[in-house]
Amino acid sequence: MNSYSLEIKNLSKNFGRRLIFQNINYSISSNTVLGISGNNGSGKSTFMKIIAGVLSPNKGQIVHLLNGIKITGDELFNHIGFVSPYLILYEEFSAEENLKIFSKIRGIKYDSEYIRMLFGKMNLYNRRKDIVKTYSSGMKQRLKYVFALMHKPGLLLLDEPTSNLDSEGKDSVYTILDEYSKNHIVIIASNEEQDLRMCGDIIYLENYK
Amino acid sequence: MITKSYSLFLKDIKSELRTRYAINALVMFILVAISVILFSIGNEKIQPELTAGLYWVVIFFSAMSGLSRAFVSEEEKGTTLTLQLIASPDTIFSGKLLFNLILTFFINVIITLIYAAFFEGFVINNFVLFLVTFIFGNIGLAISSTIIASIIAKAGSKGTLYPVLSFPVLLPLILTCVQLTIFCFDGTSFANALYELAIVVSYDGIMITVSYLLFDFIWKE
Repeated sequence: MNSYSLEIKNLSKNFGRRLIFQNINYSISSNTVLGISGNNGSGKSTFMKIIAGVLSPNKGQIVHLLNGIKITGDELFNHIGFVSPYLILYEEFSAEENLKIFSKIRGIKYDSEYIRMLFGKMNLYNRRKDIVKTYSSGMKQRLKYVFALMHKPGLLLLDEPTSNLDSEGKDSVYTILDEYSKNHIVIIASNEEQDLRMCGDIIYLENYK
Repeated sequence: MITKSYSLFLKDIKSELRTRYAINALVMFILVAISVILFSIGNEKIQPELTAGLYWVVIFFSAMSGLSRAFVSEEEKGTTLTLQLIASPDTIFSGKLLFNLILTFFINVIITLIYAAFFEGFVINNFVLFLVTFIFGNIGLAISSTIIASIIAKAGSKGTLYPVLSFPVLLPLILTCVQLTIFCFDGTSFANALYELAIVVSYDGIMITVSYLLFDFIWKE
C-alpha cells in the first residue's frame, strides 16, 4: 500500500494587500482526515487550491510525498482528487463520457469495474449515460465524487463536501470517506459540524491571520 | 505527453461539434468579411499588393474571432479548474495548440479557395512558395493566438483585449506573410524569398519556445 504524506511549510497567501493567512505549518500522512474551518472569506477554498497546486502561495511551500519520494508539480494532478461546488464538469458530455475523456487525458486506464462501483455508491449508475446538463445540482455534486475518486488519488481534497446533497447523498459521502480515509489523506474544508466531525484535527484559519 | 494532448484535442473537437462554439462564428465571419470586400471592390481590378493585404487581413481577423475560444470557452463554462486537475500545463497547451492549428488550417483553406474563386488578382505563380508561406504563416498564427488566448481568458474584457494584444505580436508575421504572398503572385523564385521565409520560420520557433516557457506561469494563478 502506498503511503502519501504532505508537508505544509510556512504557507502564506495574500491577494494584493489583503492577508488571507500566514505561516501555516503542518504535516500529515495517510490515514488522516484533516479539517479546515473558518468564517466565510477566511481562505478555505484558497487553501485547498494551493494544496491542489492550481494556485501559488505568496510564501512557503507544500511538499507532496509518495512513499517518501517528492511528487513534482507536473505529476501532482494524478495524485489528487478534488470536490468543490465551483468545480464544473463538461455539461455537453454524459457522465460516463466525461470520465472516459478524463482517463485518456490523464493517461490512465479507464477502470470500468471500479467506476461502475463508484457510480453505484453515488446512486448515479442509471443516469451515467445522460448529458450532465440534465443533472440536478445534487447529482452534479455526486458525479464530482466519482470524478475525484476514479484515479484512486493519495490525497482527497473536499471543499464543502456535502453542499447541494440530500441526506441520502450525505450518507453516501460519509460512507465513502470513512472507507477512503483508512489508507489515504482526506482534507475537508467546511463549516458544517457534521462534516468536521469526521476530522482528526482541524485548522482554524482565523488563527493564522 | 503526445497521446494525452491528442486526447485533449479530441475532447475539444467533440465539444466543438456539439456546441458549435467557434465554427459557426468563424464561418459567418469569413462570409461577411469577404462579401463586404467583394461588394466594395465591385468591378475594379485591384493590384496584387492589395489582394495579398486583404487576404491576410481576413485571415488575421478570422483568427481573432475564433482562436481565442480554445481557452475562453473553458473559462466561460467554468471548466478551467477541471482541466487543471486532470493534466499538466504542457499537455493542456499542446492539446489546445493542436486544436487551434487544425482550426486555423481549416478556415484558411476555405478563405484561400474563396479568394481563388472570386478575386481576379489572386493568381499564384509560385505554388511551392505559397504552400510554404501558408503552412508556416498558419503555424505562427496558431501558436501566437493560443498563447494570447490563454492570457486573455482570465481577463474581464476578453473580446476587446484579444485583438489589441494580438496585433503587435502578430504584426511581424502578417507583414512578412503579405510580402511573401506578393512574391507568390509575381512569381519570385524560392531562393529570392529565403530572407522573408527565414523571418517566418524564426518567428514560429521563437513563439513556440516562449509559449511553452510562459504557459506554466499563465496557467497557474
